[in-house]
Parts: sequence; structure tokens; C-alpha cells
Amino acid sequence: MQIGIVKESTANEARVAASPSSIINLIKLGFTVSVESNAGNAANFSDEMYRQAGGSIVSGAEAWQSDLVLKVNPPSDVEIASLKEGTTLIGFFWPAQNESLMKKLAEKKINLLAMDSVPRISRAQSMDALSSMANIAGYRAVVEASHQFGSFFTGQITAAGKVPPAKVLIIGAGVAGLAAIGTAGSLGAIVRAFDTRPEVKEQIESMGAEFLELDFEEEAGSGDGYAKVMSDAFIKAEMELFAEQAKQVDIIITTAMIPGKPAPKLITEEMVKSMKRGSVIVDLAALGGGNCELTEVDQAVEVEGVTIIGYSDMPSRLPTQSSQLYANNLLNLVKLLCPEKDGQINLNFEDEIIRNVTVIKGGEVTWPPPPVKVSAAPQIETKPIPEPIKKEAKKSSGIAKNLMLLIGGGLFGWLSIVAPPDFMQHFTVFILACIIGYYVVWNVTHALHTPLMSVTNAISGIIVIGALLQISSSNQLVMWIATFAVFIAFINVVGGFVVTKRMLKMFRKED
Amino acid sequence: MDKINQVLNSDAGASEMALIQAAYFVAALLFIFSLAGLSKQESAENGVWYGIIGMLIALVATIFDPSVTNITYIIIAMVIGGAIGVRFAVKVEMTQMPELVAMLHSFVGLAAVAVGYNSFLEHGEMSGMMLNIHLVEVFLGVFIGAVTFTGSVVAFGKLRGILSSSPLMLPHRHKMNLLAGLVSLVLMVYFVQQEGHINSLIIMTVIALIFGWHLVASIGGADMPVVVSMLNSYSGWAAASAGFMLGNDLLIVTGALVGSSGAILSYIMCRAMNRSFISVIAGGFGQEVSLNTDQDYGEYVETNAEDVADMLKNAKSVIITPGYGMAVAQAQNAVSEITKMLRDKGVNVRFGIHPVAGRLPGHMNVLLAEAKVPYDIVLEMDEINEDFDETDVVLVIGANDTVNPSAAEDPNSPIAGMPVLEVWNAKQVIAFKRSMNPGYAGVQNPLFFKSNTSMLFGDARDSVENIAKAI
Repeated sequence: MQIGIVKESTANEARVAASPSSIINLIKLGFTVSVESNAGNAANFSDEMYRQAGGSIVSGAEAWQSDLVLKVNPPSDVEIASLKEGTTLIGFFWPAQNESLMKKLAEKKINLLAMDSVPRISRAQSMDALSSMANIAGYRAVVEASHQFGSFFTGQITAAGKVPPAKVLIIGAGVAGLAAIGTAGSLGAIVRAFDTRPEVKEQIESMGAEFLELDFEEEAGSGDGYAKVMSDAFIKAEMELFAEQAKQVDIIITTAMIPGKPAPKLITEEMVKSMKRGSVIVDLAALGGGNCELTEVDQAVEVEGVTIIGYSDMPSRLPTQSSQLYANNLLNLVKLLCPEKDGQINLNFEDEIIRNVTVIKGGEVTWPPPPVKVSAAPQIETKPIPEPIKKEAKKSSGIAKNLMLLIGGGLFGWLSIVAPPDFMQHFTVFILACIIGYYVVWNVTHALHTPLMSVTNAISGIIVIGALLQISSSNQLVMWIATFAVFIAFINVVGGFVVTKRMLKMFRKED
Repeated sequence: MDKINQVLNSDAGASEMALIQAAYFVAALLFIFSLAGLSKQESAENGVWYGIIGMLIALVATIFDPSVTNITYIIIAMVIGGAIGVRFAVKVEMTQMPELVAMLHSFVGLAAVAVGYNSFLEHGEMSGMMLNIHLVEVFLGVFIGAVTFTGSVVAFGKLRGILSSSPLMLPHRHKMNLLAGLVSLVLMVYFVQQEGHINSLIIMTVIALIFGWHLVASIGGADMPVVVSMLNSYSGWAAASAGFMLGNDLLIVTGALVGSSGAILSYIMCRAMNRSFISVIAGGFGQEVSLNTDQDYGEYVETNAEDVADMLKNAKSVIITPGYGMAVAQAQNAVSEITKMLRDKGVNVRFGIHPVAGRLPGHMNVLLAEAKVPYDIVLEMDEINEDFDETDVVLVIGANDTVNPSAAEDPNSPIAGMPVLEVWNAKQVIAFKRSMNPGYAGVQNPLFFKSNTSMLFGDARDSVENIAKAI
């Protein structure tokens, strides 16, 4: 089967659907690969490199005639015309937004596999081109921002004075947002991030950013790993937070997108105007209408000193990297389609991934696919977490404590009235000794608790004194019982001390 | 001159009494210093010497009391008792320390019973309130002593493995305990009203012996740290009550010191398990082994000694968290060996000890000390818990419940809220285990199923020795 790699015709598109290394692997799977001449130029892959990898360099028309065509962007009408019937086409197609395109392609009786429809399940991660592109977009967003931003990201103390670190706010902690957090953090900026899904808090913190929390409870995951539309009250609280942050931060990177819906407007004109002059907003949701009211697609506009970047081609601005990763995503998908490694593809609808990716099969539209649930979705959230009961217990124990004190005090009072002074004196000694014991023992280091036990064992053998005082009794029975008591108590005294000494000898400091 | 001598002679008895009192006072002070010395390893040895000197002063002062006779018997009893004590102390393996401690407690309990009976059989002229108080003291002293005695014997049996370490679950066990207490109370009232009634004392002694037996028999093996500390406390109160009977302040002070020491240790242990003292004493914990087996914990990953050795060699920071399993497998020397090897390679190896690891408070520390692990790298849970984030490898050796994340994460878990070593925050966790059986609390440990945990099955000692070879 022949795979065709065609040159992208979309304006400003520098990516290409194959890299020399992906071609080597495609050939290993039994395919022949035809690359349109100059297809990889913009991504710095020359025809020579493709040829060395085993691909043949052909004209555009020939590449389009292949059995399997790999692409990045949706094809133009001219390109659709040059497809042969029964071909399989793989690329980004956005079936929800491109109905007429779908219709035209269906008429050609082809198979259409949309990389934007890869389900978000663990097994499909290696094919998730949206994630790999989003990662690049997040990285590039920071680079674009720093390009426009007139200062360091990192704080420095120089001979010429102190430089404070830049403050960066990232809205939406998806793949792009996390990549942006990582990049901005490694440039030295102070990074804060917000997301409507509380479960991403850990991921944000693990990337070294501060998670901004709303004082608001709402379930935001939709079960498929993407965010959903939030309630009005939530949005109000959220907007207040952004307005507050806009005044503080130097750079805002927004990545908030909801699948199949226009991007939510999160940064109002007012907020933009409240930002410091020289601040930068990078709107990664520009293609979906933008998260900022003032965003213009594919433009960098300046409003009162604040630059708003709305480039929709961030991945294409790192063409070599994004082509490599995209080519690998495609390669992994082709591997899945070609389990026999015989150069033939099989659209096996039993496979969940293939079912989801295939949006047209033999001219028949098979989109949308049946819903998939993400296995790793946090289900704990739905379980009501029992409130810690501790607090209440503490309160009642406070009352109990007072009650105990009262009873104790009462008993003591009663005792002091009825008991002879001799007893009271011993009792005083007893209570004082308990208090001393309390303070002394709390100071004992945990590591010495076993020696503490054995030494208290030894000294509790002091009961031998009691036996000694009784041994001189004229009563034979008492005398013998006392002798026995001396005997066993003395095992304790000697045994306790000797074993404690033995143990303590073992504790040694590092030499 | 003669006059002065005369005065002295006439006061001879009184001044001797004063001298003995002074000696007792010094002994009591030395005992306090002895416990205070244990606050740090550096001063601990001196602490023991204070205790020994205090004991000697008290003994000498008592024996030289002219009213004490039968010195021969005393010396014979002391020599034989002392010899047996030395033999126990020198022979005991450090893994068996809990058994020795439990056994020694039983002796104090028995001695307290003996002194109590003697004090009943022969006491000075007393009447009225004085007599009543004395009788109450005798009764309480014998009760505490008897409970301590059988309780310690059972604890000893469980620790040694003579008795089953699983809790004994008699029907109505709480009611039976309550009944024993009530009957004893009634007997005491009768005993005092009759101004001493030997039969009720004997019946109460039998009840107390059974009560002590049952009390400890219904507590499971891993709650032993609490039980042993509790018995330590009881042995102190037994000594203190003997002091009350005899009107001897030294016994009272020492008993109070020991009693509060044991009480604090039990409190620390209970807090470390997030359980109330009552619930531990009521026993039966760890009985409901009927697990939520239908809950899916995922899959665990097995590893081998060579891989672990590689991992350790490439790590910067390693924490070892031992549990009772290390003591059972006698793996402490092998553990010490790999610790030394890794430290020589520049790896920062430390130990994290949970307060209830082992069967005795501080048991792990003693075992590691015996295996020549320097004590300054052996840290308490609170000292080390925050460092797991920056740790490359954690070796969990024979510990289970003390490293169970469900204590922190699952509010419905039986061990919820128990402070645990947060090993799962480390980059890699290696769990040494014999099988996948749950720990003492009968709770499955999600740690073993975490993605950063690998299981190393087999005898802990063999595993650690294999790792040592591979390093």
C-alpha cells in the first residue's frame, strides 16, 4: 500500500505529516512512502533526508493519488478533487465545525480518519496529536509572550539594581496550560494557574505553579477529560478572581476551550485596561473566538500598552518539533491500523480508538462516535466525604475535662476531710511525683522508649523495699512470702538495669 | 559532753529514721534524674547509673535499718534473683525485648500481690479511718498487682508466640469485664466493713487474675505496644499502692514515676494509631478481616533484587521505613549493611520510624542500634514525613498499616486519620513483603497498587541480602 505525504497548502502552515524517522518506521510496517517534493522544506526536512529514509520523492499529483494520504490540515477543494476514490485520508478535520467539508469528502467515497477525534483514553495517548500540539502551543505561547514582554521573566539582583520576577497567570491547565506553566516557571517567572476542574490542582502544583482557588463548589469535569460550561454563579466568582489577578500579573496566557463550543470570554476589555503597560496576553483559544474580548485571530494587537496575541498557528511556529511529534502520532495510529505489519490497513470498528478516529468510512459519515468514558476520571468527587468528626469530639472532651476536674476536686476535698493527716501527706507526695513524672517522661526522646521501659521496669522493682520491711516479721508465712517477693523483685531490678545498659551501649553516633 | 551523748543516744531511733528518710529522698531524686537522663542519647548512660546508685542507696538504707532482720534470707533471695536477672538481660535477643519487658512487669505485679497480702496479714495497730484506708490500699494494691501479673504473663505468651496473637473474642466480653469490676467493688466494701476478711481478698485476687488474663487476651498482636506500656504503667501503680500500704514515700514516688511514664507511652502509642485508649483496651481490633475485596485496587508491579540495587545506587536520597516484619525476619543486620554500603557511595540513607512500629515503643530504634545503624540517621515520623517528596527511593521493610495511604485518603477506612509515614510521595517505593496479605488492621493497602510502588516478594532478610550482593 502506498502512503502519500503531501505538502500543506494552508497559508502559514509550516508543518508536514511525516518526518524522516517516521518514514523509516512506516516502511518497516510494509508500506511504500511517496513524499511530495519540498513537502518538508518549511519544517527543515529536505527531500534528500526523506529519500535517505527510504521514501520516494514524487510530484504533488502523484502523492495525492496514494492509497493512504497523511496530512495536517483539512484539504482544499482542489485537493479533494485530486483524491482517488476509496483512499484513506488522515489529518485534522474538525468534523463538528466543517460540515460542508465532510459532505464533499463523503461524496468521494473515502475513509476519513480525524486526528482531532482520538479519544482521551490511556491507550490512545501515543496518538493524541491534540495533546502533542497543545504542548507545543503552550511552550510557544510563553516564548511569544516573552518576545513581546519588555523585561526579564526571572528575578535578578544585578549591580545595576534589583529586577523583580515576572508574574504569569495561566488560565486553563490542560496540556497547553501545563506546558506553559512549565516553560514560564523554568524561565524564572512566578506562575499562578486557574482551572475550573479542582482535580488538576495537584498537576498544577507539581509543575511548580500556585493553584488559584475559588471559594466555590461545583463539579467541572464532564467525564471525558475535558472541561464543561460552568454555572453563572461560578463564572461570576471566576471573573472576580481574574479581574483581581489582571491588576497584579504581567502576562496572561489563556487556554480555556470547551469542545464543540465557542471559547468562553474570560478577560474583558476592562480587565485588559486595568493591566500594567507592557503586559502581554497570549490567547491560545483565538481560533475558537478567543478567551479575551479584544483578541483578533492571527494578530498581535496593542490596547493601551497591553499586547494581545491571538496567533492560531502556535505549533506551526515550531515546525520541526511539531512535525516530528505529529508524524509520530500518525505513525502510532498507522501501527494500530496495520496490526499484521503487511502494509495493509484495517478499519476494525471493534477497536475503540479506531472507531472514534474514523469519521467517514467508505463514504458514510460515522461521526459522532458513541461516547467514551475516561477510565481515570476522578469518581471520588461524587462521593460525599464525611466531615471529620474530630471537632465535635474535642468540644465534648473539653466539657468532660472540666467535669473530671470537678469530680476530682470534689473527691480530693472529701478525702482531705475524712482522711488522717498521715495519709494526706503521702497523697501529696504521690500527686507531686505524678506531675514530675509527666514532665520528665515527655522529654524522653522517642528513640529511647524501649530503654525507658526497661529502666522504669528496674526502678519499679523498688517494691523490694516493701518486701524487705516485711521480711523481719515473726510470722513465718509473712516472712516467706516476703522472701519470695524480694527474690522476684530483684530479678526485675538487676535484669532491668543490665538490659538497659546493654541497649544503650548499642546506640552510637555516626563516626 | 556526757549530756550530749545521752541526748544523742536517747534520740538514736529517731535520728536513724531521719537518716533512712534522707536516703530515700536521695534515691527518689536519683530516680527522677535517671528518667531525665533518657531525654537524650548522650546523657542516657549516666541516667542508668543514677538509677543504679539510687537503688543501691535505697537498699543499703533499708537493710541497715536495725528493725530489719533475717539478713541471710535477704541476701540469698537477692543473689539468686539477681543472678537470674543478669542471665535474662544478657541472653535476650533485641528482637525479644518486648517479651522480656512483659515478663519483668509480671514480676512486679506478683511482688505487689505478695507485699499486699503481707501487709494485710501483719500491720501495725490501727483503727477507725486509718484502718479503713489501709484496707482499701491493700485491696487496691492486690487488685492492680494481680491484673498486672496475669496481664503481663499473657502479653509475654502472645509476644513469644506461645499464645495466639489474635484477639480472644468471648461473647459478652465487655459485660464480663464490667461484672468483674463490680464484684470486686462489692467485695471491697464488704472487706472494709468486716475490718479485713481474708476470703473476700482471696476471691477478689482470683477475679483480678482472670480479669487481667482476659483483658490482654482480647487484644491483638499489633496493639502490643499499647498493652506493654499500659502494663508498665500498672506495675508502677502497683508499686505506689504498696508504698501507701507501708507508708513509704520512696515507693510512692517511684511508683508514680513509673506509672506516669507507662501512661504517657500508652497515650503516645494510641495517638500514633489515632485510636482511643479505651478502644485499644476493649480489644478486638483487626478482627473484621472481611475485606472489601470487590474494590478494585488495580495491579501491582513486581520487581527483583538487582533492579532495586540499581535503583538504590542511582538514588541521591533513600529512606527506609522498617516495621515489625523486619524484626520477625531478623533483617536488621542486612539492612544496616546496605545502609553502610550506600552511605559509602554518597547516598543519603535515613530511617523513618513510626511510633507504633514493632511490638514495643522504640523497638525499631533498639534493633537498628544493635545492628550498628548510627542513631542520628534514624528519625521519627514527624521529623521525616515532609522529606518524602524529595526522596528518590523508599524501602518499606515489613511495615504495612503504618505506611497505608488510605489512613490519609479514605475517610471510610478503619484506620482513617491514623498518622502514617507518607512514603507514597517519594519517586519510587519498594515494598518488601512475603505475600499480598493485608496487615494487622485487616485493611488492604492501596500503596502496593500505586504506580510508583514495586513489590519485592520473599523473606525480607533474603531480599535485603540479595540487594546487598547486587550492590
